[in-house]
Amino acid sequence: MAGLTFAEKFFSKRTGREVRAGEIITAAPDIVLSHDNTAAIIGNFKKIAGEEGKVNRPERILVILDHTVPAPGQKEASNHVKIREFVAAQGIKNFHDVGRGGICHQVLPEKGYAAPGKLIVGSDSHTPTHGALGAFACGVDRTETAGLWIQDETWFKVPTTIRFDLTGKLPAGVYAKDTILTLIGKIGAAGANYRSVEFAGAGLASLTMDDRLTITNLAAEMGAKNAVMPIDDLARNWMKSNGIEWNEADIIEADDDAEYEARHAIDLSTMVPVIAWPHQVDNIKPVSELVGKPFQQGLIGTCTNGRLSDLREAAAVLKGKQIAPSVRLLVLPASEAVYDAALTDGTIAALHSAGAVILNPGCGPCLGAHEGALAPDELCLSTANRNFKGRMGCKESFIALASPATVAASALTGVITDPREVI
Amino acid sequence: MAKTWKYGDDVNTDQMFPGKYTYTCSTPEEIAPHLFEDLDESFSKEVKPGDIVIAGEYFGCGSSREHPSKGLRHVGVQAIIAKSFARIFFRSAINQGLLVVECPAAVDAYKLGDEVTVDANAGIVRVAGKEFSFPAYPPKVKAIIEAGGLAASLKEQAASTCGGCGCGCDC
Repeated sequence: MAGLTFAEKFFSKRTGREVRAGEIITAAPDIVLSHDNTAAIIGNFKKIAGEEGKVNRPERILVILDHTVPAPGQKEASNHVKIREFVAAQGIKNFHDVGRGGICHQVLPEKGYAAPGKLIVGSDSHTPTHGALGAFACGVDRTETAGLWIQDETWFKVPTTIRFDLTGKLPAGVYAKDTILTLIGKIGAAGANYRSVEFAGAGLASLTMDDRLTITNLAAEMGAKNAVMPIDDLARNWMKSNGIEWNEADIIEADDDAEYEARHAIDLSTMVPVIAWPHQVDNIKPVSELVGKPFQQGLIGTCTNGRLSDLREAAAVLKGKQIAPSVRLLVLPASEAVYDAALTDGTIAALHSAGAVILNPGCGPCLGAHEGALAPDELCLSTANRNFKGRMGCKESFIALASPATVAASALTGVITDPREVI
Repeated sequence: MAKTWKYGDDVNTDQMFPGKYTYTCSTPEEIAPHLFEDLDESFSKEVKPGDIVIAGEYFGCGSSREHPSKGLRHVGVQAIIAKSFARIFFRSAINQGLLVVECPAAVDAYKLGDEVTVDANAGIVRVAGKEFSFPAYPPKVKAIIEAGGLAASLKEQAASTCGGCGCGCDC
């Protein structure tokens, strides 16, 4: 009989028997994540458990405010108050308030909530990000999250798996973002729907943890239930340097003879800078085909590309220069820790002096919830993960997705520019 | 005859409920007027209880927001029949007690004006008199839908374990 994929092995370990793709099992998550939507989840919870109901396992509940921070209006501000009162009353210690965390998908890895072997569910569709640290992490809805504040376990279908075997190294000016967008273009926005996605192979060694988190984050845009990478020395060193404790016995790796629904061999050295053109994430075009097109707003940040190396790549392009007068450039560090580091090493100063607007860590502009909204006919060149029509607050506007270097290089000229021309 | 609303592939949850409202609207009453706002402006004005939504591949992709499933349940949509669903939306619909039916053949057969009915127990969709079967839900999932959603199902469980007072205590 064939060996087991990561997903099969993970849920076999959880259930104490060998399970295969297609089976429905129940398991108890180790982390139940929610963000500003916690206010609505509290409502769902009270409908089930009553006004005086107590959460079952406060220690596994994690609440990080990031989607509308600081509050843009009274309603959001009142929601934040509701959340603060609830976490205090329920003894939920893992709470990151405004200014004390950042974007949840950066805070989880940074603070060690994400670690090998953990089962993480989050009331957010980009929860698969945490598979870069060997966790099984997937998104759920608000009602399910409320349910997991009450009951220990929920059901999971053990997914089939698509594997990408990476070889080679990325050329200069080409990044993890270009790689994962290319892969989404290859298999389509629904290409991994309900599937587990494994990224492995010798090529992984050349990708930093920031790169890896970008890749697993965007796996959600190929429909992945979860995405995962093996734990290698780079991952171990990264966890060590971040003060994260893990247990070697919790590391789960797919068997060599596991059965995959599909396997794709990807040579990183063949990648080129690409853009996801409006209005679908799998509408992938090489930057070279779009060079010279004007745009009005650049955005560098979000749970996809707001990490320190992303900001540094942008700063390397913009340092000592001025962005084009026709473009406004918004920069949001992914977390307070990233912000601190980027302040200390001069990255923020370089970006700000070049004319960028530095916003606080948060998700707001990406989903049109807070700051950076577009007007009809405007195009935003963004490092985010979704370019859906209307996503940034206006359905007559356009969003194109690219790497931080492509956005920075283009901000410099005011038109879409191949980053290899300026670095 | 139930009205049917037909849409194409890759309908995402931003089109079904714009992100700009996600942190200011959360009750079904607040959600309903914005339902499908960036997809079909007539939907929220004209949808009636018992209506059926028909769609192509990957219905409900994108954000995990539950406003679309909550809103569709609230306005009384009887079922969504699609070629395929995005995972989080599929799960979210079940958690709201909304009937989601994956049946590509029925979607292909449908023509504007055809009468469509769904028999959930028999696992059959009828399009203009022609029958198409769809796979049964796993028992765990079926129980949630039959209870009317996850919240109702958990309330039932609490009532059955606490001895009848319904509060979840050990009485």
